[in-house]
Order: sequence, then C-alpha cells, then structure tokens
Amino acid sequence: MTVARGGVEVGTELPAQSFTVRRVDLIRYAGASGDFNPIHWNERFATSVGLSDVIAHGMLTMAEVIRVVTDWTGDPGSVVEYGVRFTRPVVVPDDDAGAVIDVTAKVTAVHEDGTVQVAITASSGGATVLGKAHAVVRLPA
Amino acid sequence: MALNPEFVGRSYAPTGSYVVGREKLREFATAIGDGSPAYHDVAAARALGYADLVAPPTFAVVMSMQASRAVIHDPELGLDYSRVVHGEQRFAYARPIVAGDELVVTTTIESIRSAAGNDMITTRGDIATLEGEHVATAYSLIVSRGADEATS
Repeated sequence: MTVARGGVEVGTELPAQSFTVRRVDLIRYAGASGDFNPIHWNERFATSVGLSDVIAHGMLTMAEVIRVVTDWTGDPGSVVEYGVRFTRPVVVPDDDAGAVIDVTAKVTAVHEDGTVQVAITASSGGATVLGKAHAVVRLPA
Repeated sequence: MALNPEFVGRSYAPTGSYVVGREKLREFATAIGDGSPAYHDVAAARALGYADLVAPPTFAVVMSMQASRAVIHDPELGLDYSRVVHGEQRFAYARPIVAGDELVVTTTIESIRSAAGNDMITTRGDIATLEGEHVATAYSLIVSRGADEATS
C-alpha cells in the first residue's frame, strides 16, 4: 500500500508511532552498524564520561523515527532527504521497559516536482530528543 | 584546542569499496526493528520497482561512518576522539541504495568552527558506484566537546 500525492496537503498528519528501545536493541544495533562506542552498552564507561546511564545510538533513534514516514509512504525508497539534529540523548535503563520514543510528523510543504516535505518530532519521557528533524519524500502521482 | 581551519576542503579518497549484501540489509533492518517487506523480501522490493532489497534510509551511515574515521583519526587534524559526539546527520539520495550495489565513499571536510569551547566539524560523504554514478550524500556534524564542558 503506497500513499499518492493526491489528498496530501500542507498540514496532513502522518500516523504517530512509538518505539521501544531496550538494552538488547542497542547491542543488536551496535553489531549491525559497527558502532561499538561503549557509551551505548557499558554503564560503567557511560557514567565515567559524565552520562547518567547508557544512551541509545543517535543513529538508532534516527533509524526508528523515519519509520513514521516510510510506513506512511509504503515505499522506503521514496525518501530523498532525511536530516536530524541530536539535541538530547535517549537514556536506556537496564530494565525490561527500556526507553520509549514518541514520534509525530506532518506535511509542511508540497512541491511541484512531486516531493513533499515532512516535519518530524521525537521525544522520550516527554523531552524532545531530535531537533530540526525533517524528510523529503517523492510520492507517486 | 581549536582545529586548524585550513583543513576545510580537504578530501579523503576511498580506501576500498563497500558491497551491499542482502543479508546485511536484513540484519540492519532487523536491528532497527523494521520488518518492512522491501528490506527483507526480494519479490516485495521488485514489486516496488527496485532491482533488489532496498536499504533503510539511514543504512548509508554504515559506510559513511567507516569512511569518516579517516577524518576523525587524522593525526594532523588532531581531533580528540574520546570527546567526540554526533551533533547532526543528514542524507540526500539520488536513488535508494539496493543490494548488489558496490559503492565508494569520498569524505570531504565541509566546515570547521568553534563555539563555547567546542570544536564542530562538518563532513560530507559522497557515495557513488564504481562507475561513478552518484547515489547519495551523507552530511555529519561531529562535535568535540571542550575539556571543561560537562556532558549532558
């Protein structure tokens, strides 16, 4: 199922989603991405460099968040641009609940070349974790 | 320690190519918790018009980060890696990366600036096929925190 350009306008809201990140997800992402920075899996190291606890890879948060857009378009290849600013770390406690990232998105521009711009918000525990998060996607006519 | 602004514009040639494999894309998609068929099922990806499995939009970081290590660890630049955090990330795609692509990354230092005791360096990773087809560009802002800066 893919969304088409017709019916999409400035202000169109994408279905919001929430993503849970647990310690095991950080281990799995470290392995898949090759980013083994110990602040993402070693509490002893994380606290030694001044963090309150282990934090999620910014790139894992970025990867989860864009799903609000790719699930909406139904075609992950539709993303022509995606950018974020990492404003606050996602702290992942060593428990079964983990951290939850809440994501919303809405269309902020519809361009004549068939692309639309989407503004994205992401927060964890009520605090914003990404700034200036945005995507540009190409939608079929 | 402020970084030398003369490094702006310096490019680091690719040290090798990266072959995008189906199983790597499935592994990466699983690691980000995304079961979308285009990442896992070749027939589903082809039904969307792609030659093979599609890479998630942030997959390019696997190769761009590998390439940017040349910058981060350039002894002449003198970045303190133990104090480096990721500030911003942006990808621009000419087309999605698909399984079977053999890609090279050329990394260029776009800008260097200092603010509030932190060094900020923006790198651009140009991702292309061996034939020279531009596929994507990955922009990263990395911040080297000043010694007196408390970690948030």
